[in-house]
Amino acid sequence: MIVELGHFALILALALSIVQSVLPVLGARRNDDKMMAVGVPAAFTVLALVAISFAALTSANVLSDFSVQNVFENSHSQKPLLYKFTGVWGNHEGSMLLWVLILSFFTALVAFFGNNLPPSLKANVLGVQAWIGTAFLTFIVATSNPFARLNPAPVEGRDLNPILQDIGLAIHPPLLYLGYVGFSVCFSFAVAALIDGRIDAAWARWVRPWTLVAWVFLTGGIAMGSYWAYYELGWGGWWFWDPVENASFMPWLAGTALLHSALVMEKRSALKIWTVLLAILTFSLSLLGTFLVRSGVLTSVHTFATDPGRGLFILAILVIFIGGSLALFAWRAQNLAPGGLFQPISREGALVFNNLFLTTATATVLIGTLYPLVLEFLTGEKISVGAPFFNLTFGPLMIPLLAAVPFGPLMAWKRGDLLAVAQRLMTAFFIALLVVAAVLYQTSASGVLAAFGIGLAVWLMLGALTDLALKAGIGKAGISVAFQRLMGLPRSVFGTAFAHFGLGITLLGIVATTTFATESVLVMKPGESIRAGGYTLRFDDIKPFKGSNFTEEQGNFTVMTDEGEAVVGLMAAKRFFPVRNMQTTEAGIRTFTFSQLYVALGDAAPDGGIVVRIWWKPLVTLIWLGTVFMMAGGCLSLLDRRLRIGAPAKGKTARATAKARVAA
Amino acid sequence: MRLARTAMAALLCLLVCIGSAFALSPDEMLTNPVLEKRARIISAEVRCMVCQNESIDDSNADLARDLRVLVRERLVAGDTDSQVLDFLVARYGEFVLLKPRLQLSTLILWGFPIGALMAGAIAIAVSIRRRSTASIESEPLSSSEKQQLKKLIGTIEK
Repeated sequence: MIVELGHFALILALALSIVQSVLPVLGARRNDDKMMAVGVPAAFTVLALVAISFAALTSANVLSDFSVQNVFENSHSQKPLLYKFTGVWGNHEGSMLLWVLILSFFTALVAFFGNNLPPSLKANVLGVQAWIGTAFLTFIVATSNPFARLNPAPVEGRDLNPILQDIGLAIHPPLLYLGYVGFSVCFSFAVAALIDGRIDAAWARWVRPWTLVAWVFLTGGIAMGSYWAYYELGWGGWWFWDPVENASFMPWLAGTALLHSALVMEKRSALKIWTVLLAILTFSLSLLGTFLVRSGVLTSVHTFATDPGRGLFILAILVIFIGGSLALFAWRAQNLAPGGLFQPISREGALVFNNLFLTTATATVLIGTLYPLVLEFLTGEKISVGAPFFNLTFGPLMIPLLAAVPFGPLMAWKRGDLLAVAQRLMTAFFIALLVVAAVLYQTSASGVLAAFGIGLAVWLMLGALTDLALKAGIGKAGISVAFQRLMGLPRSVFGTAFAHFGLGITLLGIVATTTFATESVLVMKPGESIRAGGYTLRFDDIKPFKGSNFTEEQGNFTVMTDEGEAVVGLMAAKRFFPVRNMQTTEAGIRTFTFSQLYVALGDAAPDGGIVVRIWWKPLVTLIWLGTVFMMAGGCLSLLDRRLRIGAPAKGKTARATAKARVAA
Repeated sequence: MRLARTAMAALLCLLVCIGSAFALSPDEMLTNPVLEKRARIISAEVRCMVCQNESIDDSNADLARDLRVLVRERLVAGDTDSQVLDFLVARYGEFVLLKPRLQLSTLILWGFPIGALMAGAIAIAVSIRRRSTASIESEPLSSSEKQQLKKLIGTIEK
């Protein structure tokens, strides 16, 4: 009964979504306030209906109602309760429902907070959001119904794929979807602006925070996915340039570009047309990402042939939204008045440089991901495009971009002075150079790439600090004045510094891990020891263990200093899931400051030992720590006063800055 | 549902590769460290054909193991790195290379990044040129803004 209620609510949501797609947009064209006003209550009601539907599916999962096909295929009565919840989106149908739930939530947020928007813009945005919702709801109802029943109902389910039974992967999809769907709001604003034929100040003030929100979630989602792959897949890789990863990385790259171009638009009202295009492209890549991962299209072009219904539907959605919005752009973009002028050497110019490299990088990842598919479709020729291609093309594109990052925030708007900025960055540059020299000295000639990589990372971090120091006047003014001034800086300045600093941290982790990691593969017997990364690792014993829905062989190790003193224990396991007849590797990982010791168990060797693979991964945790900094930077920017529209200046900080100014 | 099954098959294939054990095992490794290092570098560029985008160095599939052994056999027999790759391509086709070779069908792929960068740079240069010669005009007010302005002026005058 609950399940049917969920299904019914979903169909009602679709019907109402269609209403929301039509009336507000028509109202905006005819200047009819009543019709435009339909958007807000419709958005709230669609959210309520989709939420009911999602709750119904969740209850079927938690109660293990195996008469529902989706639950039968992806759940098991003995599955831990947490994974009964997260299993809701661990499959195609449920994840699509989650997508729509997030979409209708964001639409409702726009409806709720949108009172300061011009009415026609608001109506159009809600209308476009409903177009997306209608497409996805139709897709779910017509081809991916999560509420389909089985008769007779099976007694037991088939269990969730064991590698998905992990907390990291459980929260990875919602984060990713919050990012993907967040960009839908930017898309709707862009399309609404094209329909209206004009962009005003409210537009940029709205698009930037939404881009930030989406970007922060997407960053978190990708980082989470990467860390999951690192510890769960059992060979210590953290990025594989796998099509599934690329699918989420492309909207991130484009979104990062959008973040920067929206800044120009907001502050200087330049780059309007480009920002609109970028908003469209970013969401288009999000759509592509959603479908590529969940449809199996990436594995083979033949998936379209094996299930024409779903495949063609996906293709239709992509063509209509991407093609339609780009056509609209081509038709209407020249109506948007170009904005402020600027010299090539300026903050705007720096951000254009950023956009050039980020979009080229996005396009490179896109072509590398889709080229094999397209080539096979056109000529039947089968090729592979893997990590070596991306490392060779994406890597060089990032070097000039990263090297230029510290210049950007120091540049003046409109007309900058490159030489003056370079002088201010002298200290950072010389320290980075010293680091390069030190690494070269330590590693001799073999570490040239590593040395320059680490130097670049240091340059990024110091550049971010230089920006803060200069803006606060540290060194020029007295300590207390500088401190007061630092505290009085807008939060978005800290946001920029945090994000760029985090980029440096991540780069440092990447370079250190890829160039200085050590690996040993060997057969070990209990009692034997091996050296790894300045420690000695002793294999103690191997014991069986029984979990709720799995059994495992646990290998116990002790990490010791060279003097033989035990530091900490470590357990690596091989886990067996009987229902799916599958094995997973549970790596044993210990963190020492920022570096990690990573141990994975292999097969038993004929002589009674077991194959053990041990990595020392120097500074590996910095890869993800950096993304935390980036997310913090995004959040700080979001909290900036000018984005909390209408928020009054705080008396205290205003006084502090005034005082600082007088003192200076 | 058929699509679901295909996706499932793909996932299963992926799982075969993730599977129980892990890639390279000690008994496959060569005693000559120089050759072994070369073998590792080559392995990272060879695709495990039954996996989803994985190199034979990372994969646990039986086929990947066979290929790893094969690569090492060729190296021991005295092949150069490119001879080993040629041998694999002759046997399994271009699909086996994770780094596609530069040839007619991959020209667009390899040329794209630099081409896109140049095209973008040119487009920017052209638009900056055109901008700097164009006269600066502030955006005209829309009709609703004009009305609003009139209203405001009206309230002041009253």
